[in-house]
Amino acid sequence: MKRLLLASAATALLAGAAGAEDVKLGLHLGFTGPLESMAPNIAAGAEAAAKEVSDSGKLMDGSTVTTSRSDTTCTDAAASVAAAERQIADGVKVLVGGQCSGETIATLERVAIPNGVMMISPSATSPALSTIEDQGLFFRAAPSDARQGEVMAELAKAQGIESVAITYTNNDYGKGLADSFQAAFEAAGGTVTTSAAHDDGKADYSAEVAALAAAGGDALAVVGYVDQGGSGVTQGALDTGAFEKFIFPDGMIGEALVSRFGTGIEGSIGINPAAEGDGRAKFEELAAAAGFDPSSPYSAEAYDAAALILLSMQAAKSSDPAAAKDKVMEVANAPGEQILPGELAKGLELLAAGTDIDYVGASSVELVEPGESAGSFRETTIKDGKLEVVGFH
Amino acid sequence: MDILNALVAFLNFVFIPAAAYGAQLALGALGVTLIYGILRFSNFAHGDTMAFGAAMTIFATWALQAIGVSIYPLPTALLALPFGIAATALLALGTDRVVYRYYRQKKSDPIILVMASVGVMFIMNGLTRVLIGVDEIRFDDGARFVIDVRSFREWTGLTEGLALRTTQLITLVVAVLVVWALFWFLNRTRSGKAMRAYSDNEDLALLSGIDPERVVRMTWIIAAALATIAGALYGLDKAFKPFNYFQILLPIFAAAIVGGLGSPIGAIAGGFIVAFSEVAITYPWKKVAEYLGFDTGSAMLQLMSTEYKFAVSFVILIVVLLFRPTGLFRGKAY
Repeated sequence: MKRLLLASAATALLAGAAGAEDVKLGLHLGFTGPLESMAPNIAAGAEAAAKEVSDSGKLMDGSTVTTSRSDTTCTDAAASVAAAERQIADGVKVLVGGQCSGETIATLERVAIPNGVMMISPSATSPALSTIEDQGLFFRAAPSDARQGEVMAELAKAQGIESVAITYTNNDYGKGLADSFQAAFEAAGGTVTTSAAHDDGKADYSAEVAALAAAGGDALAVVGYVDQGGSGVTQGALDTGAFEKFIFPDGMIGEALVSRFGTGIEGSIGINPAAEGDGRAKFEELAAAAGFDPSSPYSAEAYDAAALILLSMQAAKSSDPAAAKDKVMEVANAPGEQILPGELAKGLELLAAGTDIDYVGASSVELVEPGESAGSFRETTIKDGKLEVVGFH
Repeated sequence: MDILNALVAFLNFVFIPAAAYGAQLALGALGVTLIYGILRFSNFAHGDTMAFGAAMTIFATWALQAIGVSIYPLPTALLALPFGIAATALLALGTDRVVYRYYRQKKSDPIILVMASVGVMFIMNGLTRVLIGVDEIRFDDGARFVIDVRSFREWTGLTEGLALRTTQLITLVVAVLVVWALFWFLNRTRSGKAMRAYSDNEDLALLSGIDPERVVRMTWIIAAALATIAGALYGLDKAFKPFNYFQILLPIFAAAIVGGLGSPIGAIAGGFIVAFSEVAITYPWKKVAEYLGFDTGSAMLQLMSTEYKFAVSFVILIVVLLFRPTGLFRGKAY
């Protein structure tokens, strides 16, 4: 009897590993909250990759991919954890998410690690996530803010900005990026006149603007969210004439920024993780066909996050995150044949044949230890009330 | 010249923003204090009544804009205010009929009414979001500035600029008019006197033939009008976002309590005290001091960092409650 049980259990296991199945991919993003205007395009990016893989029929002997969305709220860690637990209860073993750093840390520590779930975040950028104990389950298609801060400092210096005031949103993302920018800018010989936090969703930002104005500087770096206090402080600074030039990192870049301030922020610097190259162009075509905005921050990274998850499963020949997690770096980096967006079927075939691939994807993915993007950044400027791409760094 | 620069910097960054914010808080606190004085409970739904009133005003503004009505350079929303007030007054009267009247007739403790108002707050909260959505809405279509920084600099030749937004000026002017009208109503008209009598002593007012239900209805209508005006002005000046009205409830209550709950003059004073202390205590005085000829070195002359601005209102609140529990202007305590 015992032998029979063992044998049937072993058969079940084997069948599970080899046969076609339905892979459940959770999209755990901030559909409500301070970055709610970005989330739909991020989700669309991941869904496009999932659909491409599923339709190809080449994933693990014809497995399909089903996506399900859940809301992280971006700011409420408890809500994010509860939503992620619901996904796990529904049978999800891999997540594209979270969107914001604080919420991502909470979900990783309290849901993903205890349940052995793999997470690839398209947009969580806090330096704290580089050093977290993740048991190899966490990756991100976005670079750490430690790098973004350096790029911000370089660009500011290149434009002849010698002194800046910094205002940052009072959370892991804001503090992390503000600190790394300050360190890099001071190391390059610049002066930071003040670095002060602002809270999101407050009634009035006069006090913050007054303090920043008194400190002064050639430019104001707004390390905040475009749907929240970041815009409030920018508005105040423009109205009182305290600053005319601004430095906007990724949380502020988006249509909402130019539609709100238009020519008022003419000549300001915008920086967000994004890449140029063949992958980018391919991704733009693909997005146009799927009907979403490819220039929206992190939608390319979300496409890559979903693609990396599915390709690593193919490489491991198993949808079990415990096996797939060890293949992510291998799939993402050289050596191997380069895979661009829209070529996921080819990637799956090559992996099935045992050939190594180098996934380039929409954002020129190059993962460095401990599993995060090396980072390519797009510099934009605001000209005639529109975001204009200057170059890539 | 340098004294002028110091004055302009002070006006631009401290006085004008704090005065406009203070007026917004004062109008909100007046509504809270009126309900406390006459209906004898702290109405936590006031912030969301403001949001609802502002939302209704926005709908009326859109309707007016659609038929091409404009009072440029003033924002169309000012014309839409009466519609917003009417809709909000109906909601307030309806809420009173369905919720508060029952507890009033049972002569429930004030704390029960307060808890009921928390429930009403959540329902109004949802109602506003269902009707107009959660997104930020900007409905200020008038001229943006009365004085803007660039032309002020060119005109005066000073290094410091001065900005006065149209909405800030409107907020201050409307606040003064509303306060004057409210005091005239309370002190000079029969209905106003009836309300004050009811507030002072309910039983005695009943004996002298004052209809309590009429007083209650009038209180709700006035409170709804104050909430709508405060909500719409705040939305005009900043931007309408339902969530922000929930946040503003805290400073409004601080203002009402500092001034003395139940005292209209206290509510106004409280609004300005809270607003000015939030801005002035966290303002780095370095620039102003340097214009006045003091060498400050590298010191910012900032008493507290801006993260603590809410703490400022609460410290004032605690000090007032400790040393003068009924508020600066001797409010009521039930």
